[in-house]
Amino acid sequence: MLRRRIVPCLDVRGGRLVKGVNFEALRDCGDPVDAAERYAGQGADEIVWLNISAGEEDWRGLLDAVEQAAERVDVPLCVGGGVADAEHGRELLLAGADKVSSNTAPLHRPALIEELADRFGTQCVVVAIDAARDGEGGWQAFASAGRRAAGRDAIQWARESVERGAGELLVTSIDSDGTLGGYDLELLRAICESVPVPVVASGGAGRPEHLAAALEAGAQAALAASIFHDGRHTISEVKEEVNRWGLPVRR
Amino acid sequence: MSGPVTLIDYGAGNLRSLRAALERLGADVAVSDDAATVARSARIVLPGVGAAAPAMRALRALGLDAAIGEAVERGSSLLGVCLGMQLLFERSAEGGVDCLGLLEGRVERIGWARRLPHMGWNDVAACSGHPLAPAAGTVCYFAHSYRAVPADPAAVVADTELDGTRFASLVAAGLVAGTQFHPEKSGAVGRELLARWLEVPVAA
Repeated sequence: MLRRRIVPCLDVRGGRLVKGVNFEALRDCGDPVDAAERYAGQGADEIVWLNISAGEEDWRGLLDAVEQAAERVDVPLCVGGGVADAEHGRELLLAGADKVSSNTAPLHRPALIEELADRFGTQCVVVAIDAARDGEGGWQAFASAGRRAAGRDAIQWARESVERGAGELLVTSIDSDGTLGGYDLELLRAICESVPVPVVASGGAGRPEHLAAALEAGAQAALAASIFHDGRHTISEVKEEVNRWGLPVRR
Repeated sequence: MSGPVTLIDYGAGNLRSLRAALERLGADVAVSDDAATVARSARIVLPGVGAAAPAMRALRALGLDAAIGEAVERGSSLLGVCLGMQLLFERSAEGGVDCLGLLEGRVERIGWARRLPHMGWNDVAACSGHPLAPAAGTVCYFAHSYRAVPADPAAVVADTELDGTRFASLVAAGLVAGTQFHPEKSGAVGRELLARWLEVPVAA
């Protein structure tokens, strides 16, 4: 039986692991390669690595760090942040990423999704959708780490991303992110019902039952950052909780 | 420890993880895109990421299809991983392309799944007493939308269930073997499987 995945997320800025609240207020949480290795050893099913500065000067440093992580970590690694063209995707995959995640660039130029999927296969292509409630019962997609509305309905954008070749969607609720109050389950349900690819839930995990609820809502994977970085809960504790909810996890 | 391992580089992307996984096991790994080198190798790993048709084009352009066939003919041990496993068969429906034909059967899209790609950790259950057969409780990492349909049921060493239907996830015939899952991404159980593959006696 296919297991649901528990995925620690490493937000990396200038080569350091950081954690923000509502996409702001960053604080230093250590070396990301060490963290990736530690989480893999603790039973993480996958590691998501998001480069949040994404400047040109950071790119070489990012590739070096991904190379180190790929050599030390024997679970899948999804890397994103600053992937503006297929060549960036190629560099990340050659550095050792298993999947490449992209958020802002495809909102500007949706054909990037096809280019990545054609070259590397849909299983390598993750489209990250940052969504915020629009006050009318829907959600808007945001670009640039949640700073700028993209003028697109998030559910429509999810459908279009998959039609263009996304093999997975990483769905972050901007409203919930960093609040530790739980994921936006309505957003997850709406997207999971709209697309035939795996969905990774993100934004708002504060307790193990939050991850279980996201998985019960239909997500194939639940991503969390602070809950793990702060040592509040271990991956095993989360998996025990998910198992209690009757959902299959890798033990 | 066994002799050196040639990891075939045909532009298929993530070689680093496979290389690192083999090296952690003490293997002497040479990454090569050279047909003559591959043809002489006693242990060969064929990785693969992406789609079957461009992968076969890349292998043919480098003469690696013939080189792999030659090595297998000589009694070399070959392991295909993910798309690399699918390429071992006769034909793939992904792009409608003829493949290496080292195993009898074809590759088809997974038609029945509720969600594709089949992405994540799933059981790999032994179907035979083959030396590569997984131990009970083996769970490995998958990322694919196509699956192999071996012509000979005896080639299915292990299978995996997805949404109520089973498919071949570990195949072998003679010294040609393949995994649909990624052993290099499957933690300790993947490591153990690669270690056993490295111990397979070669004839070449």
